[in-house]
Amino acid sequence: MMSKERPIRVLIAKPGMDGHDRGAKTLVLALRDEGMEVVYTGLRQTPESIARTAVQEGVDVVGLSCLSGSHNYLFPRVVELLLEKGMSGVLVIGGGIIPEDDIPYLKQKGMEAVFGPGSSTKDIAGFIREKVKRD
Amino acid sequence: MAYSKKELNEIQHEKGSWEKTSLKEELEEKGEWKKDFSTSSGLPVERIYTPIDLEKASWDYNERLGFPGQYPYTRGIDADMYRAQLFRMMQYGGFGTGKTTNERYKYLLAQGLNEISVAMDLPTQIGYDSDNPLANGEVGKQGIAIDSLLDVEGMFEGIPLDKVHIATTANAIGPIFLAWMLAVAEEQGVPAEKLRLNLQNDVLKEFVARGTFILPAEASVKLSCDVVEYCVKNRLDNILPINYCEYHMREAGADVVQGLAFCLANAVAYMNELTRRGIGVDDFPSPWINAVAGLDLFEEICKYRAFRRLWSKMMKERFGATNPRVMALSFRGGSQGSAYTAQQPLNNIVRGTITALVQILGGAQVVEAHSYDEALATPSAESVRVAVRTVQILAHETGIINTTDPLGGSYYIEALTDKIEGKIIKLFEQVEARGGAIKAIESGFISQQIGMSAYKWLKAIESGEKVVVGVNMYKVDEPLSIKIFKVDPALEEKQIERLKKLKAGRDNHKVKNTLKGLKEAVADGVNLVPPILAAVKSYATIGEICGVLREVFGEYQEKV
Repeated sequence: MMSKERPIRVLIAKPGMDGHDRGAKTLVLALRDEGMEVVYTGLRQTPESIARTAVQEGVDVVGLSCLSGSHNYLFPRVVELLLEKGMSGVLVIGGGIIPEDDIPYLKQKGMEAVFGPGSSTKDIAGFIREKVKRD
Repeated sequence: MAYSKKELNEIQHEKGSWEKTSLKEELEEKGEWKKDFSTSSGLPVERIYTPIDLEKASWDYNERLGFPGQYPYTRGIDADMYRAQLFRMMQYGGFGTGKTTNERYKYLLAQGLNEISVAMDLPTQIGYDSDNPLANGEVGKQGIAIDSLLDVEGMFEGIPLDKVHIATTANAIGPIFLAWMLAVAEEQGVPAEKLRLNLQNDVLKEFVARGTFILPAEASVKLSCDVVEYCVKNRLDNILPINYCEYHMREAGADVVQGLAFCLANAVAYMNELTRRGIGVDDFPSPWINAVAGLDLFEEICKYRAFRRLWSKMMKERFGATNPRVMALSFRGGSQGSAYTAQQPLNNIVRGTITALVQILGGAQVVEAHSYDEALATPSAESVRVAVRTVQILAHETGIINTTDPLGGSYYIEALTDKIEGKIIKLFEQVEARGGAIKAIESGFISQQIGMSAYKWLKAIESGEKVVVGVNMYKVDEPLSIKIFKVDPALEEKQIERLKKLKAGRDNHKVKNTLKGLKEAVADGVNLVPPILAAVKSYATIGEICGVLREVFGEYQEKV
């Protein structure tokens, strides 16, 4: 008998109008290579549509990417909506062009981690595994 | 290269004996410290190049290079290049409102720039007003928020539009930006023919990189070509109505060959549409390419040279051009933003210097170095000034502008130029075989190709195969030492207030009529620049104008 552990399910999402999706798309491929099941939303998602997809797909992790500078509004809004939908157990992480100064605020608003440019996908995958296992 | 058979044999002989002696000894003693010495696109690089490499390709000077200002333009599009006229120095900028952007532009012009590229926020670029719920948090970020002509007036207050070159990244909203500029020039008393404008207006690449599309591909191409047609028919020769972009596909991950092959395919799609409209090839607008400058110095320089040659040949042989103007390809360059690192940001000044050097040695007409804080935020006034000074130092202190195409004739440069040209043609033919750019975009072929390259690059960095200083080697663990510029979030509220006031104060009956006129024009299948100009002049907002376009053409649905 094979004891099959369910793979970690991740939603990678692009909230807002930012069209820079290189980071998001490469992370999708990298996390799949790490054995995770990854859903990608495509561009221009509202926080509402991201939360909805997260519920539908039953994901363990939501990864948000934004390079336009509107993360301080968009990221916390997604967390808020996930909580409203009873997804308090989901791990929310972010990436993009996020100034260092904004990270404490985002963490206070429920983001578990922010991975800026140059972050290693191995580190991101490791972080996800660690957190999802523990919780 | 006009070596006699005897001379070549002698070189071959010498090379052979060098390989067996000096080289062999050194390799035996030290080996080589890396396995792979290929270019950033993965093109293999030999350890040495000699006349033999060129002779193998029956390399003929007059055929491959010729002289600058003459077909095939490999060495440059002007006969006396930078000795007659220095490249224009440009910066991309703007944030917040018309007022804050106007202040930044005046500051930039005072630093000695002669071209400004208007950065617009995302709601503007994808046709939403600042008060649209979707725009929440985006207003004035990444660029100026433009809701209507009112904001454009504010942006250019006191900036003479017949003297300063204005460029822009308006793509899906190309005709609207043109209309704003025509209207604001008229208010300034500048005749449209004197307006120095460089519109990006290349919407096709938005579907595979950057992502500011609005309408489906066919309708998008129609709008882009409406802009070109309007400018050609009204003889607005100082307006460059379209810039074919390699730039953004490279930022999305495309390699040198992919970037230019896909850019070429897009250019051909627009030119086919112009031909279909009955515009003769010799009347096409002067061709401009918006090309990135990456850090692989020689590969990037060769890219500029190869593409100039390839372009002129294509215009002559495929399109049957006889007018040299449409065969001579101009380049606006810019640093590769994705080569900049968030880690140790001051190192990016060096990357800016190298990428500006690429553009100058590549023979670009507009040169830009990016600001060192670009991987972190919208550039600060201080970091932009360093970027401007970088180009000024290269122009005035280094002597690299003294002679045209100084690298021409290098065995390596010429062999690599030839190789890149051949590879671009091959990939371009693959796109053609898939039915051309529009089909290849819609089928996802181009996105997949770019995505695969981006992933390959990421893996190479993560495995350490490619070194990025400060990222996967020579790292430091210390807090950021530079000040980060932040757009004041209060500007969003201010802009929304301004929009409310505008809507309350304008002649709303007139707005309604011009929007109706636009809708009718779509149904009539005519050029949409005139009705958009009428709408813009009535202070219809971008959301209102694009609302009509969305209603009649539908919206592009991204395939994920």
